Amino acid sequence: MAITLSRRQALSYTAAAIGAAGAAAVTGKPAFADANTLLNVSFDPTAQLYAAYDKLFATHWATKTGTTPVLHYSHGGSGAQARAVIEGLPADVVTLALAYDIDAIAKKGLIAADWQSRLPNNSTPYTSTIVFLVRKGNPLNIKDWGDLIKPGVQIVAPNPKTSGGARWNVLAAWAWALKNLGGEKAALGYLQKFFANVPVLDSGAHGSTLTFTQRKIGDVLVGWESDAYLSIKEAGPGSYEIVRPSLSILAEPPVALVDKNVAAHGTTAIATEYLTYLYAPEAQDLIGANFYRPSAPAAVAKYASQFPLLDLVTIKDFGGWEKAQPEFFGNGGYLDQSFGASGASFFGVGG
Amino acid sequence: MSASLTVPAVGAKRGFTWRPASVLPGFRTSLTITLLWLGIIVLGPLAVMLWFTAGMGWEAFLGTITTPRVLADLWISLRSALYASLANAVFGLLVAWVLTRYNFPGRRIADALVDLPFALPTAVAGIALSTLYAPDGWIGALLVPFGLQVAFQPAGIVVAMMFISLPFIVRTVQPVIEDLEPEQEEAAHLMGASALAIFIRISLPAILPALLTGFALAFARCLGEYGSIIFIAGNRPMVSEIVPVLIVQELDQFDYQGATAIGVLMLAVSFLLLLAINLLQAWVRKRHGG
Repeated sequence: MAITLSRRQALSYTAAAIGAAGAAAVTGKPAFADANTLLNVSFDPTAQLYAAYDKLFATHWATKTGTTPVLHYSHGGSGAQARAVIEGLPADVVTLALAYDIDAIAKKGLIAADWQSRLPNNSTPYTSTIVFLVRKGNPLNIKDWGDLIKPGVQIVAPNPKTSGGARWNVLAAWAWALKNLGGEKAALGYLQKFFANVPVLDSGAHGSTLTFTQRKIGDVLVGWESDAYLSIKEAGPGSYEIVRPSLSILAEPPVALVDKNVAAHGTTAIATEYLTYLYAPEAQDLIGANFYRPSAPAAVAKYASQFPLLDLVTIKDFGGWEKAQPEFFGNGGYLDQSFGASGASFFGVGG
Repeated sequence: MSASLTVPAVGAKRGFTWRPASVLPGFRTSLTITLLWLGIIVLGPLAVMLWFTAGMGWEAFLGTITTPRVLADLWISLRSALYASLANAVFGLLVAWVLTRYNFPGRRIADALVDLPFALPTAVAGIALSTLYAPDGWIGALLVPFGLQVAFQPAGIVVAMMFISLPFIVRTVQPVIEDLEPEQEEAAHLMGASALAIFIRISLPAILPALLTGFALAFARCLGEYGSIIFIAGNRPMVSEIVPVLIVQELDQFDYQGATAIGVLMLAVSFLLLLAINLLQAWVRKRHGG
């Protein structure tokens, strides 16, 4: 679901930027003279969060500087968004699903290499985790990762090659399998069975959520806790149930200033404030209200019942993204090994 | 301009001469614009693709394009495109035949409908098709009792491809059917040929070259289609994943070379297939003296 209205806005924004650049070439003025304009390039599941945050920030910036900011945003698959920024989408800040995607932009020289140490908590103002969303009454009695690979269970999950959230899925599943089934071979076997049970592999978390909730496909949706809460909020209480597995992962979607772009646009001040303010108490409260896990003590206490403490592994347990990415998601990695042609039939098995 | 006024023998098709086969002026200008246009619009992107790929070396290239996943997905793409174009060759021909040979109320509307897949954004088509063919969709629900599922299965790819490629067959075959002289068929009929014999021995040979062109166009369109298929296929690797989806995945992992390598493979395969179809077409033309 790369093409959303917001994405289209981003495209027209890009077109406008090209036009502006052309105009600048003629007039000799910088293309982005407006220091109150900002483009936030983000991933799919944060659309609601940033729609709310932009309102909060606009008020904050107006009180602080006396000017109303113009806030643009773009949402899409995390990897695709990072690629768009690398290829010239004039993002002032990126707020993506995982550090690896921001690292990829940093490698191209658009962001300083030490970006993750510039803001608190590894530049992660909010976290989430991977949970299961099941249909009303949990008819298949799904409790933990082990229940997902039973024959006949249909899992809806996005493709880890294109979706940041799906990569957190795989790592969480792996951690559970390693602990409970013992050994890499068993964990790989688990992944194979997991993906054999996925009838539709969407390109992003948003697409998978639509497949599960709108198309009514599958018994369980594996994905972001925030998305699970959003689905329940949209469909009404009692429509779905959240199942928390015995072991999951701390999903850390980080944020960063795109140094080269803000320097060119003259937007360093507003972009820096946009990211720093995410850690302010009122923003942290908003984060909790939008189903992401806050880190500020007051917000943590307020939303404690919404976010029960779980047994979580972190990306550090996998040696960081630099190690985990090629090992799991690179060509020939664990993920490639867990895809197979088994069970392929032209019309599938109906019923 | 005097050179272009010496009128050459029309029909001198072969051999490389700089003489225009037309009495109209402007040969040089139009040729220059043609070459520039083809260069910028067609050759430019292809050259960039080859340039990207050339940087990776033979072994890495072969290593990328011969992974089980690439080969499996290529086979899915080719097979689905073949099924869809074959089905459309039969039913598209029928549609073209009915639209040109018969008159019935609503014929013009039906004729206009054929162009719809050209105009409809492919994503819209994909969403509509997958909603229709999903197990709880209007058509999908009818298939469930037979144990058949189209959406999110390999069959879904073929359905989407049939939808987007139909106009290519109908629109290439239609003018030829219009030009067919009914007198030939009537003569054959008077001489006692059966309806089937008339169609196979009189009508079909005249239509065949155009049908093959339409088939080639439809096939190429099917291979390149992305927008509608991603919504209905399910996109399971090695099961219902087409090659263009794989290319996007490589890109999303920032593997530009891997993506272009698979792109080059697609290009080579498409080129070979189109070449084969063109040769077949030339052979048919020669055989039937078309």
